[in-house]
Amino acid sequence: MSTATSSLPRTIGAHAVLLTYTVIALFPVIIVIMNSFKSRAGIFGAPLAPPTPKTFDLIGYTTVIGQGDFIHYFQNSLVVTVASLFFVLLFGAMAAFALSEYRFRGNSLMGLYLALGIMIPIRLATVAILQLMVTSGLVNTLTALILVYTAQGLPLAVFILSEFMKQVSDDLKNAGRIDGLSEYTIFFRLVLPLVRPSMATVAVFTMIPIWNDLWFPLILAPSEETKTVTLGAQLFLGQFVTNWNAILAALSLAIMPVLILYVIFSRQLIRGITSGAVK
Amino acid sequence: MAAAPKRPFRWHIGVFLAPAVLVYTAIMILPLAGTLQLSLFRNIDQSQVFVGLANFRTLFGDPNWSVGFWNALRNNVWFFIIHMLVQNPIGVLLAALLSSPRLRFSAFYRTAIFVPTILSFVIVGFAWKLILSPLWGVAPNLMDLVGLKSLFTPWLGKEQYALTTLSLISVWQFVGIPMMLIYAALLSIPDEVIEAAECDGITGMSQFWKIKLPLILPSIGIISILTFVGNFNAFDLIYTAQGALAGPNYSTDILGTFLYRAFFGFQLQIGDPNMGAAIATMMFLIILGGVCVYLFLVQTRLRRYQF
Repeated sequence: MSTATSSLPRTIGAHAVLLTYTVIALFPVIIVIMNSFKSRAGIFGAPLAPPTPKTFDLIGYTTVIGQGDFIHYFQNSLVVTVASLFFVLLFGAMAAFALSEYRFRGNSLMGLYLALGIMIPIRLATVAILQLMVTSGLVNTLTALILVYTAQGLPLAVFILSEFMKQVSDDLKNAGRIDGLSEYTIFFRLVLPLVRPSMATVAVFTMIPIWNDLWFPLILAPSEETKTVTLGAQLFLGQFVTNWNAILAALSLAIMPVLILYVIFSRQLIRGITSGAVK
Repeated sequence: MAAAPKRPFRWHIGVFLAPAVLVYTAIMILPLAGTLQLSLFRNIDQSQVFVGLANFRTLFGDPNWSVGFWNALRNNVWFFIIHMLVQNPIGVLLAALLSSPRLRFSAFYRTAIFVPTILSFVIVGFAWKLILSPLWGVAPNLMDLVGLKSLFTPWLGKEQYALTTLSLISVWQFVGIPMMLIYAALLSIPDEVIEAAECDGITGMSQFWKIKLPLILPSIGIISILTFVGNFNAFDLIYTAQGALAGPNYSTDILGTFLYRAFFGFQLQIGDPNMGAAIATMMFLIILGGVCVYLFLVQTRLRRYQF
């Protein structure tokens, strides 16, 4: 590149703007986590200061862990997210393979039918979904949530995965066919391992909205046994409006697992977005 | 010529498609159709009776419903306008800066600015509620640093500011998405195009406006429709920050919260699945309308450049 596009003042200006916005983006998160480690006096006395030995206090965390059933909520969220993710990836990859590999009548119509769900949010179907779950006795079970999230995640998964599966070389699959492999073996042994990176991208895209969803747990599974961590945090925060230590600790506990996962997978996620998979 | 031998029916295609199509149809498409259908029925004496468009007449004609509906719709439109006016320009600006060549720490900026997007609404809503709370004093203290303390008011508690404040919080959360998508679009512009522009003496700002912006317009179109669908379907942030009543005095009520109260009931109001279905149908039509406008009017006119 020529030097014309990157003069010194311009670079400084770019860094200034980006740094300012980074501060805006991170500030609320940092301030919540920082204050969760302080005593009540520290929280209100100097909210912007990091915890010092004088103000350091874990009272918030002990309250939360003592009162809320957070470990249990956490397990529920984990079960729902992992199970939905498994079904979205398996069913989505199978359908994407069928759509991208075989030419059959109604192929593009089927693709269009499955793509509808990308634009029309499943939330609009809530009234009838609740009725369906009531008649099938699935209200207040994690199964209800898993089913709904699987249906919610499938359209985008099929769409993205079929784009990637078109890139898998035909020669490889035909070589497999000549060697007498069945179509199932070709899919599970040859194609799936090759599209693993794009599966990871889809996994991240599917996981975040499921883990963070409040609407369906609130409506389909609000019982104590089936509460997810998002719903649990929401109710807990509502009850402890005046206990700032507990609120800040609960918020931090809800932020940290997501943040840690994000730091681990951010490269994957950002590569997924910028690879043009989501055009 | 003899008929070509009929190919055996390829069962495996069906096996590959079946699970996805079944789950998707049973849990999404049929309930969606069911919801649209329910909006034409009403529960009279414990049984569902077909009433035609009567629920919609109630929704638009009965002041108990219509005032709330139009208020929610108006608020939702404002919510969307703020997103379009604030989120997208900031997203484009950040992406343009990030994509400048040989910028150091760009991976760090990208990762950091995307952090709010991965957090749940519950966290975002509550964290901002605490920060803007006059009790705690983070916001007034910060404004004091720049000498603007006199401008501070409890924004979430005032009718005239609450909705705009919440929209800006939502923008804060989601600005990472337009940033990433536009960043990807900017990276995909080939170097030759940029070099050709430089040979013609087009650099800096005019290069951005004349060369890059037209090339990323399709991405801006996609972001706009994603924002539209997301906004007219929003619920969680308002619910966590202001509760199901979307206070103060319904000033932050949007279609999602209005649907929740109508369908599920809240406090004195009894839930009414049929009215809920009618509101969901209106939301469906609004979103469908937006998607159609995008597909048939916007997307066909945007020129896509193939390199």
